[in-house]
Amino acid sequence: MESFINHTLKKYQDCATPLLMVLREVQAQYFHIPKLAVDLISQQLGVSRTQIIAVVEFYSFLSFESRGHYDILLSDSITDIMLGKQDVADYLCQKLHTPLGTVRADRLVSIDNTSCTGLCDQGPAALVNGHAIAYLTPERIDRMVAAIEHNISVSDWDSDLLAVDDNIHQAGLLLTAELAHGAALQAALQRGLTETLDEIKTAGLRGRGGAGFTTAMKWQFCRDTEASQRYVVCNADEGEPGTFKDRVLLNSYAHELIEGMTLCGAIIGATQGFIYLRGEYLHLYEPLLAVLAQRRSAGLLGDNILDQGLDFDITIQLGLGAYICGEESALIESLEGKRGIPRNRPPYPVTSGYLNKPTVVNNVETFVAAAHIALQGGAWFAAHGTEQSTGTKILSISGDCAKAGIYEYPFGTSIRQILNDCGADDVLGVQVGGPSGTFICDTEFDRVLGFEDLATGGSFIIFNTSRSIFDIVQNFTHFFAHESCGFCTPCRVGTSLLKKQFDKICTGHGSSGDVRELQEIAQLIKTTSHCGLGQTAAQPIITTLERYPELYNQKIKQISFEPGFDLDGALAIARQLSGRDDSNAHLAQVEEE
Amino acid sequence: MSHITIDGQVVPFEEGQTIIEAATAAGVYIPHLCHNPEYAPHGSCKLCTVNVNGRNATACTFPAVEGQTVCNNTEELNFDRKRLTQMLFVEGNHFCPSCEKSGNCELQAVGYHLNMLDNHYPHFFALRDLDSSHPDLLLDRNRCIFCNLCVRASHADGKDVFAIAGRGINKHLIVNSASGNLGDSDINVDDRAAHICPTGAILVKGTAFKVPIGQRRYDHHDICDMSAGEQHGE
Repeated sequence: MESFINHTLKKYQDCATPLLMVLREVQAQYFHIPKLAVDLISQQLGVSRTQIIAVVEFYSFLSFESRGHYDILLSDSITDIMLGKQDVADYLCQKLHTPLGTVRADRLVSIDNTSCTGLCDQGPAALVNGHAIAYLTPERIDRMVAAIEHNISVSDWDSDLLAVDDNIHQAGLLLTAELAHGAALQAALQRGLTETLDEIKTAGLRGRGGAGFTTAMKWQFCRDTEASQRYVVCNADEGEPGTFKDRVLLNSYAHELIEGMTLCGAIIGATQGFIYLRGEYLHLYEPLLAVLAQRRSAGLLGDNILDQGLDFDITIQLGLGAYICGEESALIESLEGKRGIPRNRPPYPVTSGYLNKPTVVNNVETFVAAAHIALQGGAWFAAHGTEQSTGTKILSISGDCAKAGIYEYPFGTSIRQILNDCGADDVLGVQVGGPSGTFICDTEFDRVLGFEDLATGGSFIIFNTSRSIFDIVQNFTHFFAHESCGFCTPCRVGTSLLKKQFDKICTGHGSSGDVRELQEIAQLIKTTSHCGLGQTAAQPIITTLERYPELYNQKIKQISFEPGFDLDGALAIARQLSGRDDSNAHLAQVEEE
Repeated sequence: MSHITIDGQVVPFEEGQTIIEAATAAGVYIPHLCHNPEYAPHGSCKLCTVNVNGRNATACTFPAVEGQTVCNNTEELNFDRKRLTQMLFVEGNHFCPSCEKSGNCELQAVGYHLNMLDNHYPHFFALRDLDSSHPDLLLDRNRCIFCNLCVRASHADGKDVFAIAGRGINKHLIVNSASGNLGDSDINVDDRAAHICPTGAILVKGTAFKVPIGQRRYDHHDICDMSAGEQHGE
């Protein structure tokens, strides 16, 4: 083990910041993180043992307990469930003789759930040793099972099993614009970097991750901060359930992205960039490395870019299954080899980011847009969209529609038009912006995309009238409780309380005060949490309570007292221990008349 | 000198001070648990949430800026603080009547201050480890509220005994030693880290009842009436 650890550490220059990359390789090699590996890494890097343990326990894709040699993680996003995840899970578990949540006795296989894998347009989906497998059907599962039982390495599986489609159904401004390699950089250098920043200002470009901070202002702040080094970080950690547009950009528009990052580096005066790629997109890692290499040999990346004395290079770091790392300061912590805990702000990353140096963190789509603006000019971009939301937005559309996939629209487009284009009928409502966004119902389809009305990072999940609001909200509420980093009290404890309280109502154990209590917990989490995760974790409950109060009230028992707990549920362990399940081993919550 | 107002009271501050530092210097109490003036702010318990110019902010991390209007001692904020304190109570296993720290516990004192009369939320009944391996110290994780003070104090001691691990509701305090036990770590009973815990999670053995219950720090005085040093157990 010592030589493997030494070799791996050397690969990452014996540096503590890429700790996640090191631990990913250890996990892949040993199917868990051995305690000895913790000690070895700790000694070699001079990082305390506890920091490494804390990192292992924080990220979902690392574990101290042994996983199977084929570790299968089923995407538990609501979109996968709507596409039949439960049936394929049952089939897979039965075929592999491995119940969900367990490791098979021979250690060959383990099966578990994971949060949204970003394949919502081609689910149900799974990750096998990190490799994405889309369109799960019994037929494809049979082939997976055969490959596993014959011990064939996942990378050697039939290519159609490992294929991930782009599914671009509507290409707009950004997805159709041509950009020859290096053209945006050349245009920017010709025009002047300050002038190019002005063009981005003129374009009115705002961050595409959802929050919508003005991009030019962010770059300007970073540029104006005195520092010996600055950094450019691309947030490619799209973990919001229902979002997958960055997957497509990273797959088919990687040159545009990297050109945008290089442009940013030139403008703010950074020589180092990072792409923080979500672990679920492992299949994009090697192709992205190839694009980086290609650009280096073309003189578009590395030292002396375009012979203009410009130095800028990019390193890719993979995430390890933590939604919170999509929050920019948590992402920076993770890049530094730590748990993804959002920092206190101020200071903001533009003044104190990666290694406490000024850092620009932008979404994939933002960099792609910036590259095109550098070539075409700000007016070209600003001619599209609305006054407050210029340009276009790339949407990841999934759920109940004929054609799930990627759609690009100018801001200001109505929800009705989008629903028409993707072939959605009999629509109950749409989750715009993912679980942390807004649930809109069928009377609101004239609302429009835009920061002034419905802001979204790209997630657009459609539900038809056969769906239950409670199934949707329950999935989202459980998701947030699972993904809370645990730093602050309201989010750590509150999301778990919210989950309990919602489940209590959902399962018919709620009484008159329980909806009020649910609302109170939701508000408290929203107003006192440390970061965006907690501040939006109750959104599914808040937005559906506003729209469907009568549905919630129908779930409530008409009784005069408030039971503190589920009487029958409390007997479950006793029933299990005594092996009884007769009627006398059950208790009704309310005495029968 | 620059000024902010807290609940209408003009409070001066020096450049670089946080809202809670300015408030403490002026004798204004803002409830808190993870904050201790000796160490860098952490900002996790959220009890010191105040309203600054209409928006909620964490007083222990948020810088005081000229002209800020801060609301602190309001019914709404104190209600939220009570609920946050109740969250801490149900998350761990805090049974004051049987706890050696009762009367000297900041969590309990803040509960008294906020007129907390019940736990309100359902208990989690978390299974947490107790570590009595150290000859002089007891680590009872049932009472840990993740304030991070022992972590910070140990760093200031020039050691690195404690850390927080786990995610979300599975968060827990870990010890830096090969076995993971406190007895095998390099903590010493004289370390500041051994005395900094605001609750009864880290206790010095053999001292529990030197002062009888009923004669302890918060038995007769509200925590808000004490000096900053007294609030933190000096």
